[in-house]
Amino acid sequence: MKRLLLLSAAFLAAPAAAQSVAITNARLVIGDGSAPIEGGTVIVRDGRVVAAGKAVAVPAGIATVDAGGRWVTPGIVAGFTRMGIVEVDGVDETNDAGARTSPFHAAIDIAPAVNPATSSIPLNRAEGVTRAIVAPDNAGSIFAGQGAVIDLAADRSPITKARAFQFMEYGEGGARAAGGSRPAALIAFRNAIAQARDYARDPAHYADQGKDALLTRADAEALVPVVNGRMPLLIHVERAADMLALIELKRDFPALKLVFVGAGEGWMVAHELAAAHVPVIASALADLPESFDQLGATQSNVGRMKAAGVLVGIGTINDDEARQARREKQYAGNLVALTKLPGATGLDWNAAFAAITSAPAEAIGLGDEIGSLKAGRRGDVVIWDGDPLELGTAVAAVYIDGIKQPLRTRQDALRERYMVPQEGALPKAYER
Amino acid sequence: MADRILPARLRALLGTAAITALLAGCASDGGAKPATASTKAGPGAGKGFAHDPYPSTYKPYPGVPTLVIHVTIFDGEGGRIDNGAVLFADGKIVELGQSVAAPAGATVIDGTGKTLTPGIIDIHSHLGDYPSPGVQANSDGNEATGPITADVWAEHSVWPQDPGFSRALVNGGVTTLQILPGSANLMGGRSVVIKNVYARTEQGMKFPGAPYGLKMACGENPKRVYGSKGREPSTRMGNIAVDRQTWARAAEYKRKWDKYEKDGGEIPGRDIAMDTLAGVLSGEILVQNHCYRADEMAIVMDMAKEFGYHVSAFHHAVEAYKIADLLKENGTCAAVWADWWGFKMESYDAIGENLALLQKNGACAMIHSDDANGIQRLNQEVAKALASGRHAGIDISDAVAWEWLTYNPAKALGIADKTGSLKPGKMADVVLWNGNPFSVYTRPEKVWIDGALLYDANDPKRRPVSDFELGQPGAGDTK
Repeated sequence: MKRLLLLSAAFLAAPAAAQSVAITNARLVIGDGSAPIEGGTVIVRDGRVVAAGKAVAVPAGIATVDAGGRWVTPGIVAGFTRMGIVEVDGVDETNDAGARTSPFHAAIDIAPAVNPATSSIPLNRAEGVTRAIVAPDNAGSIFAGQGAVIDLAADRSPITKARAFQFMEYGEGGARAAGGSRPAALIAFRNAIAQARDYARDPAHYADQGKDALLTRADAEALVPVVNGRMPLLIHVERAADMLALIELKRDFPALKLVFVGAGEGWMVAHELAAAHVPVIASALADLPESFDQLGATQSNVGRMKAAGVLVGIGTINDDEARQARREKQYAGNLVALTKLPGATGLDWNAAFAAITSAPAEAIGLGDEIGSLKAGRRGDVVIWDGDPLELGTAVAAVYIDGIKQPLRTRQDALRERYMVPQEGALPKAYER
Repeated sequence: MADRILPARLRALLGTAAITALLAGCASDGGAKPATASTKAGPGAGKGFAHDPYPSTYKPYPGVPTLVIHVTIFDGEGGRIDNGAVLFADGKIVELGQSVAAPAGATVIDGTGKTLTPGIIDIHSHLGDYPSPGVQANSDGNEATGPITADVWAEHSVWPQDPGFSRALVNGGVTTLQILPGSANLMGGRSVVIKNVYARTEQGMKFPGAPYGLKMACGENPKRVYGSKGREPSTRMGNIAVDRQTWARAAEYKRKWDKYEKDGGEIPGRDIAMDTLAGVLSGEILVQNHCYRADEMAIVMDMAKEFGYHVSAFHHAVEAYKIADLLKENGTCAAVWADWWGFKMESYDAIGENLALLQKNGACAMIHSDDANGIQRLNQEVAKALASGRHAGIDISDAVAWEWLTYNPAKALGIADKTGSLKPGKMADVVLWNGNPFSVYTRPEKVWIDGALLYDANDPKRRPVSDFELGQPGAGDTK
């Protein structure tokens, strides 16, 4: 309750009912990789898309917005973020991403910590991001905990899906967390899975070994849906050989729903990824050998994986992930730029846009909920004043669950105050 | 990235033994030329000791006279020519205009649909001193063992095999960079300006004739690093106190050397740190000051007046827009990001219109990267900043915005007479972009440095591969 008191007046209003809107005369992007539709219409009723396309009639009695030929798309689905759980990275008190001294790991559930008043939420909303995949950060274990999918609406209920996935670190980060090596990380993983299975067989008699436990009772319980494939397991991994080692795990644990995050050397094992049906939420433009896990890094990574048949979305792991998901548009645009560069492999515009909308949604099994304007999806719609991937484009309107969203940010207020830097009749503190 | 990852890097450094590297009393070391005993006159101003003991050995690579025609030109000083032509030869810009006659033997390139600009200058980079791979063994950017390390020189850390140089060239069109020490310290040491041309040695990359910079830092980093060690500075007031005490010492040191250089007599003791600070006080070395907050920048500008130096540029100046008038008045530039914000408390008030507001109010503004990834897209960063300004009603032309990428950083580095714009006689540091460089869909097609073609998107042989990447997975790949 204390937190609620800190929220602005706008948040104190009762959540508005889901709304209905028809947006017509659009350069309409569905978000599934198909080409834009000129003169398209999208209809959102009670918060869900009911129809989108060329020959869509507007039902009577529904509010209609003429897009005037502008681009209309699904909202951006930020592929891997820590949005809503960090206000200022360098200020520990405002950072709920990781818990260095907690005895709990896999059981950590990030959802209750997501604060819709975090300043990155209105900022990214104003740039067309409507949903985000939010992951905890690991500390003291390869398992970071259970991430959530959130919406960026200006209301008090940010959670689209709590406990949407488990997040795990492998590679250098996982090795460090497991005591210093990759084999240690793998045995930590196998042991945790074995204990989760023990727990699943007979929860009532699962012995909690207290502080000496390698896995607390809560952690074992949290891993049960991972073992049985009901919860995707997102794993941060960069090195090609590590990806193959993780794919091998599926031999012993066939139900695992693996999703790789980062995957800088994914192009080197693209066929194996495709064959194993492992989706990837990649860092789009990582092209430096920042570690010995990424010697093969290239901006062509995403394009090459896609060409090999891998489902690839874009995320922002270790890339200002608490606040800069808006950059995914720029990243996707850069992948289009590669198509003009001899020797490089990029994405065509349609695939690039899908990589920041439907692809990440599908990667975590929510493709039928968010990420496109196909019928049945959440009514997350953005109207842009130009090509949404282009650097000069601004957002004209954002709808989340069919509700038109405010777009003003704290940065707008600062800009207005300092449009003229000198003080006027009163100090700047009086200008607002 | 370098600033943001500072805490982690510093944590790693805390375990290392503190080495106080202040050398005192090493009289006549480092190539000093003592005055002859037979005269009372000193060696002359600036001649008491060698000021360039690690001289540049950079030599331009050969090029051919090149004429690019039918191309959109941003000249770097706010000028634009549509469907124009640029000729460069012998490493220098020769002529630009609506049309330029091709000299015999010139390579003529059709630039239809393309844009030609001066090469991008990044005033804030840690390539080479925080290189890839970012392992501790290569982490040479912060001598975080004392708040004043004016004695260290970034060029003694720069690893010329950093793969990042190649990315900055081929994806970023960056032809000149300033490599700085990190921001753990109030006075972090000397910077070095380099040409983005791989060489076996750092000296082989060093920009001939570029002044040195002194990296200074305000705010959170120094007070956090030394406060956590239980020593001064642990506050912002401590930051300024230590700075002032150090400047006072530097003034005294300079007086002794000035007197000796003028009048001769006993040679004063050398202090390598004080050499650098005296160089700032004499105007030979430019201050490059990491400083986020408006109020701190104002204090630093007064401190500069108190001790008689000038701040060339504030870097990471996220609140520069709040004091655009003060910056203009002081002739101090602001180097900023387009949209970084919120990663630390002092970056909380960043806005996308910072560059545009600085320009609108007549201050000297520029983009910078501080990041091995961001340096590959500085043109895009400016495009975002420009769009933010335009959406707020601040109309700045593309050609003027290009000053933020080349001419203004050249001015703040003291090399605007040599590079940073396409003026006849200046270095032919040139990028041909395969479209509008403010579009996300555009990349460098060709990059020339001193007229030598060092990147060509159409020729895999004109794509540098550092020693580190040679023989590794993906060596020579498009990156």
